[in-house]
Amino acid sequence: MSNNPHSVKNGNGSLRKHTISVLVENKPGVLARVSSLFARRGFNIASLAVSSTEDSEISRMTIVTQGDEGHLEQVIKQLNKLIDVITILDHTEDDLISREVALVKVHATVDNRSEIMQLATVFRGEVVSLSPREETMILEVTGEEDKIEAFLESLSKFKVIEMVRTGKIALVRGKRMT
Amino acid sequence: MNGAEAVVESLKREGVKHIFGISGGAALPLYDALVQPTAKDITNILVRHEQAAAHMAEGYARSSGRVGVCIATSGPGATNLVTGIADSVLDSTPLVAITGQVATRVIGTDAFQESDIIGITMPIVKHSFQPRSPDEIPWMIKAAFHIASTGRPGPVLVDMPKDISEAKLKEFIYPEEVHLRGYKVTREAASADIEKAAELVDKAKKPLLYVGGGLVSTDAHNELLALVDKIEAPVTTTLMGRGAFPDSHPMCLNMLGMHGTAYANWAVRDCDLLIALGVRFDDRVTGNLARFAPNAKVIHVEIDPAEIHKNRYAEVAIQADAKDALKKLHDAVKPAKHPEWRQQVLQWKEEQPLRYKKDGTLKPQYILQELADITRGEAILTTDVGQHQMWAAQYYPFNRPRQFLTSGGLGTMGFGLPAALGAKFANPDQEVWLVSGDGSFQMHLQELATSMIYQKPVKIALFNNQHLGMVKQWQDMFYGERYSGVQLKNVPNFKKLAEAYGAVGITVNKPEEVRPAMEKAREVDDRTVLIDFHYDPKEHVYPMIPSGMSVDEMRLQPDE
Repeated sequence: MSNNPHSVKNGNGSLRKHTISVLVENKPGVLARVSSLFARRGFNIASLAVSSTEDSEISRMTIVTQGDEGHLEQVIKQLNKLIDVITILDHTEDDLISREVALVKVHATVDNRSEIMQLATVFRGEVVSLSPREETMILEVTGEEDKIEAFLESLSKFKVIEMVRTGKIALVRGKRMT
Repeated sequence: MNGAEAVVESLKREGVKHIFGISGGAALPLYDALVQPTAKDITNILVRHEQAAAHMAEGYARSSGRVGVCIATSGPGATNLVTGIADSVLDSTPLVAITGQVATRVIGTDAFQESDIIGITMPIVKHSFQPRSPDEIPWMIKAAFHIASTGRPGPVLVDMPKDISEAKLKEFIYPEEVHLRGYKVTREAASADIEKAAELVDKAKKPLLYVGGGLVSTDAHNELLALVDKIEAPVTTTLMGRGAFPDSHPMCLNMLGMHGTAYANWAVRDCDLLIALGVRFDDRVTGNLARFAPNAKVIHVEIDPAEIHKNRYAEVAIQADAKDALKKLHDAVKPAKHPEWRQQVLQWKEEQPLRYKKDGTLKPQYILQELADITRGEAILTTDVGQHQMWAAQYYPFNRPRQFLTSGGLGTMGFGLPAALGAKFANPDQEVWLVSGDGSFQMHLQELATSMIYQKPVKIALFNNQHLGMVKQWQDMFYGERYSGVQLKNVPNFKKLAEAYGAVGITVNKPEEVRPAMEKAREVDDRTVLIDFHYDPKEHVYPMIPSGMSVDEMRLQPDE
């Protein structure tokens, strides 16, 4: 396809991650409509966060999807066809403040506890739970995706028991709306 | 007034005259509302299978331009509608499907005849509603008709829990209009886009129009004719676009694509500008996308933005209603003549017309030529899916939109008979013919009962080759003639079957019997007539561009 001048735009086939904000009617079944669309069209969801907004009738879905430009164009156009979708904003080129939260339960003995706590401090994380008898500790870290990834990477030398992570949420800096 | 009565009152306000369906437990309140004296303007047609109800509503909608309405009970009634809903979404047919549902207090408990029809149909509807209060009903029905009939038309489901159907409304207020902030329909073409398009048209040496169902749904055929005459461009139509441009026009190239004419596909290959109107570059049209219209720039006029640049990049994209775009484009372009291009196209038409082998036996193409002749090309034609469908599209001359009703996108065998009846309900004074195959017909033959009971006589030309002919053709061509699951054998006796329903049955085996059988069929005006045409199963549909290939691999009717 990439050699064909008539093919749809494919942005050199690069698989970028795109963050989109989807404002939807706050009604039952809307998430199902959106996720069903992603499944049916073979679009990938790297991350999804659904939340309330300043308007009680509107919910916000912050979706990270991976694909080339043609893929992103189809995702946005198909989402737009859903009646309950009010607006979609593509933040690929925007100056975004974005956050994810991770909670990580690690095996922490008397010997390595302080080392783990130090590491958390480096990432401005917090110890939110400590059970000395059961030798576990839960750490919370908030930040952009890269920071969370780096934190998890540095924790990998310890024994991670379980981990949970939210989808990405984001707002555009300045007056421009998200 | 209860919820069910509010549904019926809302249907009346929408001008609904016919609804097609079958009742059942959860639909009882709706059906009770349909026998109230206030519902006397709505004819409630009891069919024999819910899928047929959906196809009937489709035939009704496609032949009239109005929204078709079907109704079914919960559970199996609702799931039986699914294929019809899927058919209507792929062929952009305005349809409102109303289903009964179990009471809200038991939804989600696997109650008797419960199915999550909202969930099941989510990927195949334009939208769906399930009221949680009877007071929501008038707004929802108004919104359902608005969504179904505007923009790119499509199906809308309204799922009615039984307790909501039975609950009383505070007050029935029918809204004048509905405002949906997530649903905006662009109808008007932007003048900047029209200017860019006109520039391409004025520069083109070999323009070609590629026209589909979107032109039919916007009734833009007169605007199309005006543009064609102004710029002297040939026109090819998709299967769904047959009739949007008259076959009688010298610049009409009939259908393009897999079973399109050689001259249409050659014109696509050689054109330098492809003006695509209300089409979606479907794979049955394009074959190998990289080699489709390889020398052409594209102007794509399309109401659905998701279709623009989906399969083929368009140099100029006009997101608008085809009628508006055509009017404006007509005014913006300079009159043009393309004598060489015209000459070339006419020469191809003459050199490589549609043809078949005439050997004295009964040929399916001959049946269609006779049918065209005896009906003067004026009948409404519906089809099922397969070889007979392609021959009907190729050989019957269509000269007006909404004359040819066929299942294009989904390719639903069984569409034809209910669609023919739907068309007859909408157009009782017109002659309606169903062209079907012995495989397809058996998927909804029970609707012969509906045609008899409601006195909606249609003519049925049954193309009987005792096989699933198109599948057999692929097994002949690509699977070494290994026939697997395609032999239907000579069962049933269709003449007797027709007679069992009180219809007239005729059997035809020879070419000379075709005309008298059709004459007889046309003399009968109080009953449906079925003509069972038996012909050689070896007959194949030509031309054919095998799946995924291009015009260079087109196979023509072999010369003997």
